[in-house]
Amino acid sequence: MEAIKKEYWKDKANKALGISPEDARITKSYLIVAFVAILVGGLLGLLQGMNRAGILELPVWLNYYKVLTAHGLLLVVVLSAFFTIGYFYAGLSHSLGGLLPKVRKMAWIGFWMKIFGFVLAVIPILQGDASVMYTFYPPMAAAPMFYIGLVFIVLGVWMLAFGAFINVANWRKNHKGQHIPIISFFATGVFVLLFFGSLPVAIEVFYIIPWALGWIETINVMVSRTLFWAFGHTLVNIWYMTAISAWYVFVPKIIDGRRWSDLLTRIVVIALVIMNITGGFHHQIIDPGISESVKYMHVFMSLAIGFPSLMTAYAMFAVFEKTARKKGGRGLVGWYKKLPWGDVRFLAPFIAMAAFIPAGAGGIVQSTNQLNQVAHNTMWVVGHFHLTLGMTVVMTFFGVSYWLVPYVSGRVLTKEINKLGVIQTIVWTIGMVLMSGAMHWVGLLGSPRRTSYSTYFDNATALSWDPYLFFLAIGGTLLMIGVLLQVYAVFHMMFLAPKGETEFPVADVEEDATPTPMWTERWGLWIVLMLGLVSMAYVIPLVDFIVNAPPGSPPFKTW
Amino acid sequence: MHKAEKIWLTLSFGMIIGFMLITGYQAFAKDMGPPSYGERIDPQKVDETAPFDNPGVKQIGENEYEVVMTLQIFSFTPNEIEVPAGSTVHFTMTSKDVTHGFQVADTNINAMVMPGYISKITQTFDEPGEYLVLCNEYCGSGHQLMGTTITVK
Repeated sequence: MEAIKKEYWKDKANKALGISPEDARITKSYLIVAFVAILVGGLLGLLQGMNRAGILELPVWLNYYKVLTAHGLLLVVVLSAFFTIGYFYAGLSHSLGGLLPKVRKMAWIGFWMKIFGFVLAVIPILQGDASVMYTFYPPMAAAPMFYIGLVFIVLGVWMLAFGAFINVANWRKNHKGQHIPIISFFATGVFVLLFFGSLPVAIEVFYIIPWALGWIETINVMVSRTLFWAFGHTLVNIWYMTAISAWYVFVPKIIDGRRWSDLLTRIVVIALVIMNITGGFHHQIIDPGISESVKYMHVFMSLAIGFPSLMTAYAMFAVFEKTARKKGGRGLVGWYKKLPWGDVRFLAPFIAMAAFIPAGAGGIVQSTNQLNQVAHNTMWVVGHFHLTLGMTVVMTFFGVSYWLVPYVSGRVLTKEINKLGVIQTIVWTIGMVLMSGAMHWVGLLGSPRRTSYSTYFDNATALSWDPYLFFLAIGGTLLMIGVLLQVYAVFHMMFLAPKGETEFPVADVEEDATPTPMWTERWGLWIVLMLGLVSMAYVIPLVDFIVNAPPGSPPFKTW
Repeated sequence: MHKAEKIWLTLSFGMIIGFMLITGYQAFAKDMGPPSYGERIDPQKVDETAPFDNPGVKQIGENEYEVVMTLQIFSFTPNEIEVPAGSTVHFTMTSKDVTHGFQVADTNINAMVMPGYISKITQTFDEPGEYLVLCNEYCGSGHQLMGTTITVK
């Protein structure tokens, strides 16, 4: 009884006083790293866009493939992971009554492990010993230090995943019979996926290291490639799940509305956790050595992820319409006028959602067997993930930053910064639409991804791509302006904005909402189901790759 | 659950199943599935293993050709291919070093070519012209130069 009372007061105190300075420092540090990464990564992206358009010839010491490897690593691994962790740790701290001291310590150990691992990985990239892209497909072999750096990054991620599990488990012990608060429910799903999704890549890297060091002579190319994509695609959906957590939990509050059905929200999380990892195989649809029936099964598993996304699409627009009508909105679509379009905390995530309509449809196209054959490894794919990651996910992160950063820095969002944010959102939208639109189109014409500017010996087909590629440079330039505006806004809100209190805007459920059944909390069962599905997807092909393996490949350095 | 949502979710579910049915029909009944050939080869002994010990273009029937091709940094062997319009060409390929991609612009030819595996893909070239062949999987510093052409007369 005493303990419950104490817990209750802690919750109250947490809500009244905001985040504790110790917890705030963790989130602040992660966000600073994330936005420094986008600054550097964005600049490298601009260089590539310019090169690809044939405007800029990169000097030898700053080779296109070196720049591309660093761009990918900074934005795909650093930006997204650091933002996700900083954001969810603030959510855990807010909704679970503060982080446990032990968990706080783990968050710091994880932080430094990730930074250390990243430094180890970047040194060989800069030295030109690891121009292998962030997919590092064997038998291309980078310097061993690159892979050792990746090990530390993964170990750091695990530290944070376990920290989150410990905090959630502790809360559950003290709140028997209650639902995990919704933002922590999302966090649990994300960290479960981060842990299980990074297991395959950890195995892959531990397999590569002795080979890169020369202790074993050859490597099984297919096994390593398959293990990579079991991780690679899960990572994509981890960002996506982070973005939709903001849509479900915070966006309704920002527009003065109520949260969508708690039960359906939790079902979406559970479905994404169970069905995610198996999606990775659609990256290998035109690989040799995998039978057509296995590929067909994987197409089905990939497309299944579309279902929770379509549930989300309905939920979001239903929340918007309901809220707008409550405020007096009328007409079939006329209610949209009642939404706060001038508020960047709504505008940015809204455009992010809208972008997911073509982005998701494009994803379904390219993961469908024979259509994949048209798009695979062309610029279409690059256009696709700039629409998904660059718009849907990153614009949601931007929108979140306008309340999350002031929340952790004990400051407020000023009118001026909000205005800057709206301008940033518009610049970013135009830049991304131009760039990713041109990428999709030129990809259909055959222009390959991950290729520096080339006319293929003045081939007429290759030359006909040039006008489209020019749009990459225009879009890329706008995006760089967007990056500068965004990074300025974040650092202003972090260190310069007027002091004050900013709310952590968790929306409430509807007053007449039916209570959510307790079966949604059976995380053990969800993990078992997920592992069952992963086994269904991966056991047959992996066993085949190992048992019927061709002689392996020695390491190659081809750059 | 609202009635409109039930309709939406039913349509969503139906759409995904519809996609799968069409994909399955095309893959298994119309033989349009992605390249999935499974034969293995020793990637360090490609030059000594048939048929790659003798790469080139061979006529195997009326209007039917087989191209046995090796891919290596940063070239295709053979690199000059010429076939008459209307011919069906079967490509049999493998890699002598890292992972490559075999793509022919303006066609649906797109296949991963990996060390240790033999890839096969077939295409009928109806329209005369010069088709651009390129490697679409990053394979090293000269990746952007890994291209050639197929001439259809």
